[in-house]
Amino acid sequence: MTEPLLRVRDLKTYFVTERGGGTARAVDGVSFDVHPGETLGIVGESGCGKTVTSLSILRLIPEPPGHILSGSLIEFEGRNLLTLRPPELRAIRGNEVAMIFQEPMTSLNPVFTVGDQIAEAAIVHQRLPRKRARARAIEMLRLVGIPDPEERVDHYPHQLSGGMSQRVMIAMALVCHPKLLIADEPTTALDVTIQAQILELLDRLQAELGMAVLLITHDLGIVAGTSDRVVVMYAGQVVETAATPELFAHPLHPYTEGLMAAVPRIDTRVSQVRGRLHTIPGQVPAASAWPAGCRFHPRCPYAWDRCTVEEPPLLDAGRGEPGSHAVRCWLLTEPRRRTRQA
Amino acid sequence: MTTVAPLVEVDGLVKHFPGDRGPWPLARRRRPVRAVDGVSLRIAAGRTLGLVGESGCGKSTVGRSILRLIEPDAGRVVLDGVDVLACRPRELRALRRRMQIVFQDPYGSLNPRMTVRQALREPLVIHHLARGPEIDRRIAGLLEEVGLDAAFADSYPHELSGGQRQRVGIARALSVEPSFLVLDEPVSALDVSVQAQVLNLLNELQQRRKLTYLFIAHDLAVVRHSADEVAVMYLGKIVEQGPAETLYRAPRHPYTASLLSAVPVPDPRVSRQRIVLQGDVPSPANPPPGCPFHPRCPHPSKNDRCRTEPPALRVVGPDQLAACHFAEEPM
Ligand SMILES: Nc1ncnc2c1ncn2[C@@H]1O[C@H](COP(=O)(O)OP(=O)(O)O)[C@@H](O)[C@H]1O
Ligand SMILES: Nc1ncnc2c1ncn2[C@@H]1O[C@H](COP(=O)(O)OP(=O)(O)O)[C@@H](O)[C@H]1O
Ligand code: SF4
Ligand SMILES: [Mg+2]
Ligand SMILES: [Mg+2]
Repeated sequence: MTEPLLRVRDLKTYFVTERGGGTARAVDGVSFDVHPGETLGIVGESGCGKTVTSLSILRLIPEPPGHILSGSLIEFEGRNLLTLRPPELRAIRGNEVAMIFQEPMTSLNPVFTVGDQIAEAAIVHQRLPRKRARARAIEMLRLVGIPDPEERVDHYPHQLSGGMSQRVMIAMALVCHPKLLIADEPTTALDVTIQAQILELLDRLQAELGMAVLLITHDLGIVAGTSDRVVVMYAGQVVETAATPELFAHPLHPYTEGLMAAVPRIDTRVSQVRGRLHTIPGQVPAASAWPAGCRFHPRCPYAWDRCTVEEPPLLDAGRGEPGSHAVRCWLLTEPRRRTRQA
Repeated sequence: MTTVAPLVEVDGLVKHFPGDRGPWPLARRRRPVRAVDGVSLRIAAGRTLGLVGESGCGKSTVGRSILRLIEPDAGRVVLDGVDVLACRPRELRALRRRMQIVFQDPYGSLNPRMTVRQALREPLVIHHLARGPEIDRRIAGLLEEVGLDAAFADSYPHELSGGQRQRVGIARALSVEPSFLVLDEPVSALDVSVQAQVLNLLNELQQRRKLTYLFIAHDLAVVRHSADEVAVMYLGKIVEQGPAETLYRAPRHPYTASLLSAVPVPDPRVSRQRIVLQGDVPSPANPPPGCPFHPRCPHPSKNDRCRTEPPALRVVGPDQLAACHFAEEPM
């Protein structure tokens, strides 16, 4: 196996909230690898810590109230990003590792043309002269499928639709040919047909540019169609990880299983689905009040005494290569308990 | 299906919004936004019609016009035999008891300074549905019906999660005992697990209270579990309509087929033939001539006729309507 491009080990990012809310353990011991050229999907419902994980990788967490605990490791091509000095970090951010967000409109600067914003990165990181940078911006707009790029390069963000803004964000992120693109819910704010365009675009660009993608989404359907491997997050932790085909064929964590069953599906007969959907009772708790024991136990249909007091570690599912499928659930040691309480 | 008398009938509904002037005082007025451009629907009592389309296609304007939360420019709306658009204010108020709306954004639709109890008491008092201690009993009953603990009665909206707020929104709509509900993207803002809870709740309430729903959604997957019939909108017009089973299995309009193929399926083994539409939805202030879908249409038979002649919405199969020149041909 190749050396990972990005290694995240035991990442803990906490927020100290005022007004006695206590400490929000937003990300609480997360580990995963991203290999060159692959797509790793991180999936989970809101409040699970996906965005805080991705912001931590680029050290974009506001401090205070947030802080990354010592003992956490984020290694990009062997360099620990958590101990890099600001100039070294800036050389990586936006250059070797780039990021796109859910709301393209709020991440684009309204007073600069899209061309200037794309060119900026090329000027800063690649020291291109202004004229070459503008040509590069036009080339990038063409690459991301924006019609009439010579004209669009002088447009302002408010002149663009949501889908076009996201294409501009992608052009900005890719101008320096990053080795890793972090995409945090890049299509959540878009309509389904525009979402399909953006996913297709990311897929094509990844193949052309050979970059790795860390794709963060709440949508299992998107993960199934794009990712090589998946990390399922719940309550600030990784609860399951596996190669995509394995995860969907053999989901072992009750949360993964519940999520998969709760998604309204388009590919089954109507007569089979009319009526009740499977649900997970309750909701994701607040990050300042994760439950004791297994953090999923209050919502779990299998939970027994042990789950309420003992926190399960990530356990090897013993399927495929060691460690390739891991699950944070006591059912792995007591499989006979996998029977639902009525 | 046609044997059940429709509870809701909408004919030729039109709503155009005046175009805004833009930032410059001397600029000419922009062209009007043709938000809804001749929509007709029928919903049988106790059934659900799913109204689906991308944002800006006019779904909310249809829903709000039916309830007369906005005044449509033309058309007819009949609820259980009563001509809604002809009602005077007094009659309209009585009619509002029979038709209610649940909004997408549970944050925006509840007054932040009112407790749940106050929010639920208001409609009961306005419509003289309860008084004295009966009010609190009714509120407790409503909360129980939407699956909320009675203790939530004294909470403020910001103290509730998105799913809990949406349950309060549903309880408020139910408080006046309506027969018809417009559900305007009621689960779009919710997480998957909570979305499933609310979808199930809506289905249960429909069974128990014999409710009729207009269920608005921007993707076809969400209404799959609730709709008996589905209507697909594009740029202010219905482009396809039919029984859910048929529409999902054999769509006749290329836009419906594209919407279906755009929904990501949570199964990596399913490799589907993806139709990825090019371009953005055009502005409803400036809809394309001919078939409004023609600039994005992937239909192999697309020709000059599509660019000039608007296709009629017509019967193309049992209870199925479509507005594509080639709706009768295989796609
Ligand atoms: N700036 C912040 N201050 C306090 N808490 C925060 C802050 N940012 C995030 N959190 C908390 O961290 C948790 C995880 O948030 P996030 O990573 O955004 O979740 P996700 O992206 O999975 O929806 C949430 O409970 C959130 O309230
Ligand atoms: N009050 C209004 N004034 C002007 N334009 C409006 C108003 N409400 C809606 N529109 C426009 O009408 C069109 C349809 O809007 P809407 O019915 O909200 O669509 P949907 O619910 O399908 O997203 C959009 O172009 C929208 O911008
Ligand atoms: S450890 Fe127990 S409570 Fe947690 S997911 Fe497994 S069975 Fe459920
Ligand atoms: Mg997030
Ligand atoms: Mg709407």
